[in-house]
Amino acid sequence: MTDANNTLDNSQLPDAEQLLHILATKLKPLLKPNTALVGIHSGGVWIMQRLLVLLDDVIQLHQIEHGTLDVSFYRDDYTQRGLKAENRPSQIPFDVENKHIILIDDVFYTGRTTRAAMNELFDYGRPASITLIALINRGGRELPIAPQIIAADLPLDISQRLQLTQLANGSLALDLTPQHNSARQ
Amino acid sequence: MNNPQLDTDGQLRHLLSIEGLPKRILNQILDTAESFVGVAEREVKKVPLLRGKTVCNLFFENSTRTRTTFEIAAKRLSADVISLNVSTSSQSKGETILDTVDNLIAMHADMFVVRHAQSGAAHLIAKHVPPHIHVINAGDGRHSHPTQGLLDVFTIRKYKPELHNLRVAIVGDVLHSRVARSEIHALTTLGVPEVRVIAPKTLLPAQVEKLGVHVYHDMDAGLKDVDVIMMLRLQNERMNGAMLPSSEEYFKTYGLTQERLALAKPDAIVMHPGPMNRGVEIDSTVADGKQSVILPQVTYGIAIRMAVMAILGGGAGATL
Repeated sequence: MTDANNTLDNSQLPDAEQLLHILATKLKPLLKPNTALVGIHSGGVWIMQRLLVLLDDVIQLHQIEHGTLDVSFYRDDYTQRGLKAENRPSQIPFDVENKHIILIDDVFYTGRTTRAAMNELFDYGRPASITLIALINRGGRELPIAPQIIAADLPLDISQRLQLTQLANGSLALDLTPQHNSARQ
Repeated sequence: MNNPQLDTDGQLRHLLSIEGLPKRILNQILDTAESFVGVAEREVKKVPLLRGKTVCNLFFENSTRTRTTFEIAAKRLSADVISLNVSTSSQSKGETILDTVDNLIAMHADMFVVRHAQSGAAHLIAKHVPPHIHVINAGDGRHSHPTQGLLDVFTIRKYKPELHNLRVAIVGDVLHSRVARSEIHALTTLGVPEVRVIAPKTLLPAQVEKLGVHVYHDMDAGLKDVDVIMMLRLQNERMNGAMLPSSEEYFKTYGLTQERLALAKPDAIVMHPGPMNRGVEIDSTVADGKQSVILPQVTYGIAIRMAVMAILGGGAGATL
């Protein structure tokens, strides 16, 4: 594991809206029949909702379905940290069996959320493939898992926590805060 | 620490009664249960949260439905489950409750689900066990049956999400009912403005009004314009002495029939914790009618029990 000694402040962060458009452009060629989008709560779901609008023509053309995952029941830190007080139902309203799944997350970090999401997806059925896309790869992965598509690489120091937030008007923004405990997802 | 149900951080440590639990905890359980409802509809009806943990169902009093739903809930959380029908085992040879518990702890049990005919049995065990072991009360005497109370409010919330606008009637043998007590605490804690109890005087505990309910002895008056009717079972086996003339007489005065149901709001739901005495407290046409949510109650009971076990079984500091 290599944590870049790279401490940034909020003014140095890229614009999340721009990244979203980059991600949409990169994702477009992957959208084919028998593909489905799955957003991981919360950031991944916000991104997915925006992508559904940005790529509406292709999504309609191929009748691409979508769902959401809350990986609370699959996290590997449950025995240390317990269940998050706030969790939402996962909703996969289509048959996962033989689908090409595009898994959407906001910030890719350790890979542990992805592992949890993949385990959960397999409890719905056996997908034909899973592709991981994320807005940002912040470095620091701890598992042999990496996103295939990202909008930006942004190596960050372990002491910083990067979060996607949704503003009142629905637009997305990135926010840096000090990491207040050892929880890394 | 006065409340044995909460740890020093105010998180749930044991579930013994609804009384004494803050609204925050009740909502946490209900919201978490919402996430578990969907798990039962998937290809694999299991999540890995309690993998490697052992849940012991200690039933000192028989209850097939409650034991089964706890067992299913624990299994859907991937726990190993042992169900002991203690009334037919060591207890009959003279072993005390705490000796039974200590033996199971020596076998590395992580969680106890306790049902006992004596009020306070689960409290006794909760006070006795070491800090890493959790206790869930699955019904103790006339005192409390918290998961039933929770699944009932969960069911109400599913059909009538506006809890702040509801009029709820609890009908029948409130005196012997731990379910009624848990329901009343849950409903009032969650802000249901009007909870009515409808029963003959002989089946109401003294000073029941102190629980914050409106008392009716006339069923027709009590059912008027209610949104939810929660029927209680006439507990024949708990009744010593004649508190009622006969079950036929009871049905005439307090049985829920189609005619009586029509006094409630047109979209009122009918609930019953089971097992039902058809023709005693509820007419078959009502129990099987379109306003009945008695079977969904059973389904939601599993989600509630999963939520409670998942919240208890995780590591400390489960907040965000």
